This record gives sequence, structure tokens and C-alpha cells, in this order.
Amino acid sequence: MNGFHDLLQFIFAGLTNGAIYTLIALGFCVVQNTMGIVNFTQVDFVSLGGMFLFSGLFWAGLPMGMALFVAVAGVTVMGMAVERLGVRPSRSKDHLVLIFLTIGISIVLRGAMKLIWGKNRMAVPPLAGEEPLRFAGASILPQAVAVLVITVLAIVLLVFFFRGTRLGLAMRAVASNQAAASVVGIPVGRIKAASFALAGALGGLAGVLVTPITTLSYDVGVLLGLKGFAAAILGGFGSFPGAVLGGVGLGLVESLTAGYVSSAYKDVVAFVVLLLVLFARPKGLLGK
Amino acid sequence: MLSAKDNIFYFLYLHRTGLTVTFLSILLLLWPMVESNPYTVGLSNLIAIYVLVVLGLNLFIGYAGQISLGHAAFFAIGAYGSAIATTTLGLPAWPSMIAVALVTVLVALAVGVPALKLSGHYLAMATLGFNIVVYTVLVQWDTVTGGPSGFSGIPYLTLGSLVFDNEIRFHYLVWTFAMVALLLCLNLVRSGVGRGLAAMAEDETAASTLGVDIRRSKVKVFVLSATLASIAGSLFAHCYAFVSPESFNIFVSVDFMIMVVVGGMGSIWGTLFGASLITLLPEWIEALDTFKEIVHGLILVLILLFLPQGLIAGLVESVRKKIALSK
Repeated sequence: MNGFHDLLQFIFAGLTNGAIYTLIALGFCVVQNTMGIVNFTQVDFVSLGGMFLFSGLFWAGLPMGMALFVAVAGVTVMGMAVERLGVRPSRSKDHLVLIFLTIGISIVLRGAMKLIWGKNRMAVPPLAGEEPLRFAGASILPQAVAVLVITVLAIVLLVFFFRGTRLGLAMRAVASNQAAASVVGIPVGRIKAASFALAGALGGLAGVLVTPITTLSYDVGVLLGLKGFAAAILGGFGSFPGAVLGGVGLGLVESLTAGYVSSAYKDVVAFVVLLLVLFARPKGLLGK
Repeated sequence: MLSAKDNIFYFLYLHRTGLTVTFLSILLLLWPMVESNPYTVGLSNLIAIYVLVVLGLNLFIGYAGQISLGHAAFFAIGAYGSAIATTTLGLPAWPSMIAVALVTVLVALAVGVPALKLSGHYLAMATLGFNIVVYTVLVQWDTVTGGPSGFSGIPYLTLGSLVFDNEIRFHYLVWTFAMVALLLCLNLVRSGVGRGLAAMAEDETAASTLGVDIRRSKVKVFVLSATLASIAGSLFAHCYAFVSPESFNIFVSVDFMIMVVVGGMGSIWGTLFGASLITLLPEWIEALDTFKEIVHGLILVLILLFLPQGLIAGLVESVRKKIALSK
């Protein structure tokens, strides 16, 4: 029965990581849909979420719930600021230039984080207790449960947002046809800023949830973010169900490989899978 | 009838590319006789190596309109390929360099063909992922690559009895490579293939109606740029006799990309400027060590925001506009 317990353990780990990748992938998709660009600052939204949580807890002395909220809200504002100050003033509307811009802003953000919070790794306390829960012989950290529950909540909220609110519907309208959306009076510029804000919120949430597991540093978001990006493409870039499928799938494949094959090459799995998918089914699993 | 003066100017204008290349070559030929500091010459050698990488990358970004964030990986294949072939396997250096370049062609085809099938920026991700894979292999497969501490003892290149074992000798070798690549690229963009690429850069649909095979052209430029990066990598390994994974991580790829943007996307001459500026910048500004990321990022952001055609071309254009408006 030992093998079964191991398997269960790996699946839990995979689901937890998968949930994080999903949140990041969703952030990539939101901006891809409204602006048609890959937003590389998504990577730093993740680190920023962790940094803000750390500062909220230890510099401002906020309680956990409050610090969590402030951190996510902070990254949301940062997302909007990136769009307003970094992307919108661009004279060129060429996608290539805009993507390069997000890479540049991402480098600046990372440099700034390194200056403010330093290069050292920091520990962030988990949201829930430290005592592992037993489940069918496998042990699972309360933090992992929190990650899964909050991610599912976030996805439910996101579905509601895109189906039931004016802003969400406007965002979908811009995604499907920008010219037509502006003709019926949707303020496309503001919607783009909102999409960056939403991407910031999703990235920040991912950062808040993951940093208690991984420890925090200024570049913690890079690898996580790129895996989130891989997940987004895996599912079909721009597709929300695809992002969820890609994220969870990637998390599971990664943790099973790390468990059964080799943990040295764990970080490579995501990208090998991605290259294989691009080879066999270039539009992604759920791509149009 | 043109006057004698006009004739001279016309001649200069007509042969501007050839004359600039000749002038630059003479300058490079004489430079080591004036500059005796090996450190400075070493820096210029590094610039030449980066020029090789960035020339190809610039053609790819500027003409295929695609982003590669993985050229450090091709650079790595060249460097480690040559290192392993000459040191571990004891093969001769020049044939290994060619063999490694051929391997790079195959690898670039494997990455590029599927990713360039799609419109959109899938290649950015594929190359980025590829770079992470290569970097991880370099770090983890330590029995072959030497792991994080690097690979040392790579032999110097030789040509007959001439050994390229100091900066000055290497200067001539590496700049010869760089100038040949420069000439190749300058001629390429003026050939039929190059005109097709330029049309593709302007408008893909229009170019394809005129008979340019968009996908095939993109793959070709990608493979060319990867090959140049591989050759640059081989030279890099033989020049320093030591390679370590840190010279080939994704941030190096990003730096290559910054060089392209600073020089101007699609500008061959700009490549020289972009590679020089980004390589020399840390030498000029002491404080840059702490602020390296921010400075690099800000350069990239500001140039893209205000002078998206590149620093030099952008400044020239804005000055021209000022003069035209003030008349």
C-alpha cells in the first residue's frame, strides 16, 4: 500500500503547484485576450505578492487576513500602474514593441525589488497552521489545502466576474472584437488597464499563496511565472478553461516526474512538455 | 552634368556600405597597435563575440518579427559543444566548431519549425523554455559539463603554427569572424531573399501574396541566427578556455535582446552599437553593479517608449524632424 500513499502524496503536491500555475496562467490569458500581447511582468506580480505580504506582516504588523488582502490589492494597483505608466505611453502599437516593453518593465521591477527587499531569501509564515493533516495515509499541509480552496474560490469568482458583471462582459467584448466594442461605447483603454489590474490580482494571489511554501526572494516569480506561461500555452493561449487544465496538468506531470523519475530535472519537465505539445498540437490542448 | 564635387559625393554615397566596412576594418586592424592594455582589447573581443550573436538575432527580430528569448542556449551549445569535443573527446578544434554548428542547425529546426508554424508569439515561449532546459542540463549533468563550477582547460585555437593565445591575436581572429558575418548580413538583406524578408517585416499578408513563403523564411532566419550564435559560442569557449553555466542563462538571452533593441530592430549597423554599449556600460558606471537590472531595464523601456526604431536611428530622426520644422 506504500506505493498508493506515495502516489497520493505526489498528486497532492501536483495539485497544489498546479493551482498556482493556473492562477498565473489566467493572468497571462487576461492580458493576452484584451491586448494580444504576452505580458512578462506577470512573472513579477507573483514575487510582488509575496513581498507585499511579507511587508504587511512584518513591517506594518498587520494580521494575516488583512495582510493578505492588502498584498493582493497592492499588486492589483501595481498592475494598473504598469499599464498606465509603462505600456500605454508607448508611441508604437506594434505588438513586438509592447512585448519587449513588458520585458523591460519586468527587469526594472525585479531590480527595484532587489533594492528594496534585498537579495536574501525570506520566510513567509503559512496562512493556516503548520501541523500536517492526514488524509488516507498521505500527509498534506494546511497551506496546500488553503491554496486549493482559495484557488477554486478565485476561479468561481472569475467565472462570475466574466459572466455576470458589466466590467467582465466589457472585457470579453474587447477580447472578441476591439473595434466593435469601442463602437458600442465600451472604453477600451480603461478595459485594458482593468485587464492589467486583474492580471496583477491573479499574479499577486499566486504569490501570496506560494511564497509560504517556496520561501520568498526577489526572483521567486521568474521560474514560477514562466511555468504559468507554459501552462497557459499548454491549455491554448487565451483560453480560460485551457489555463486551468494546463496549470493542473503541468503541476501533476511535474510532481509525478519528480517523484518517480528524477527530481534534478523537475524544473525542466514543464518546458519539455511544452515543446512536445507545440510539436504535436500547436494550438494547445483547448486552443481554437 | 555633375560637377567634380558632386561626383565625389555621389561616389561616396554609392559605395557608402563598402567604404564604411573598409574603414572599420582598417580601424580594427590598427587598433591593437595603439591600444596595448590587454583588458581593453579583451573587452573589444567580447563585443565581437556578442556582435556575432546579436547580428543573427537582429535579423530574426527585425525581419521575422518574432521574439527569441533563447539565443543564450544556442550560444551555450556552441561553447559547451566545442569545449566537450576538443577537451573531453580530443577532437581538432575547427572541424568540431563546424560539427557543433551543424548540430545547432538541427536543434534550431526542432525548436523553430513547430513554434513558427503558428502566428503569435509561441516562439518566445518555446525558446525561453529551451533555454531553461539547456541551462538546467548544464548545471545538473556535471559529469559531462562540469556542473555549476564550470568547464575549464579548453585549448586555444590554432591556425598552422599560430596559436591564438593572447588578447591581441584573438582580436584579429574574432573580429575577422564578426566582420565576415557583418558583410554576410549586409549582403543578405540586399539579396532577393533579403528583400523578401524586408517585405515580410513590413506586411506578412502582402509579402505572401507576392510569393514569399512566410513560414519557411522565418525558419531560415531563425536557423541562421542560431548558427551564428553557436559559432560565437565556440569562439567564446576557445577565447576564455573556461565556460560556466552563468554565461548562458535566460538573463543573458534577455541582454542579447536588449542589444538588439538599443541598436534598432532590423538595423545591421545598429548591432555594432547595441552590443558595444551594453557590454561597455558596466565598465563606465561603477555603481552599475547594484543597479545593473534597473539600468538595463530602464534603457530598454525608455528606448522602446520614445525611440522604438533604436537609439541612433531614433535620435537622428528626431533631430531631422526638429531641423525640418524650424525651417
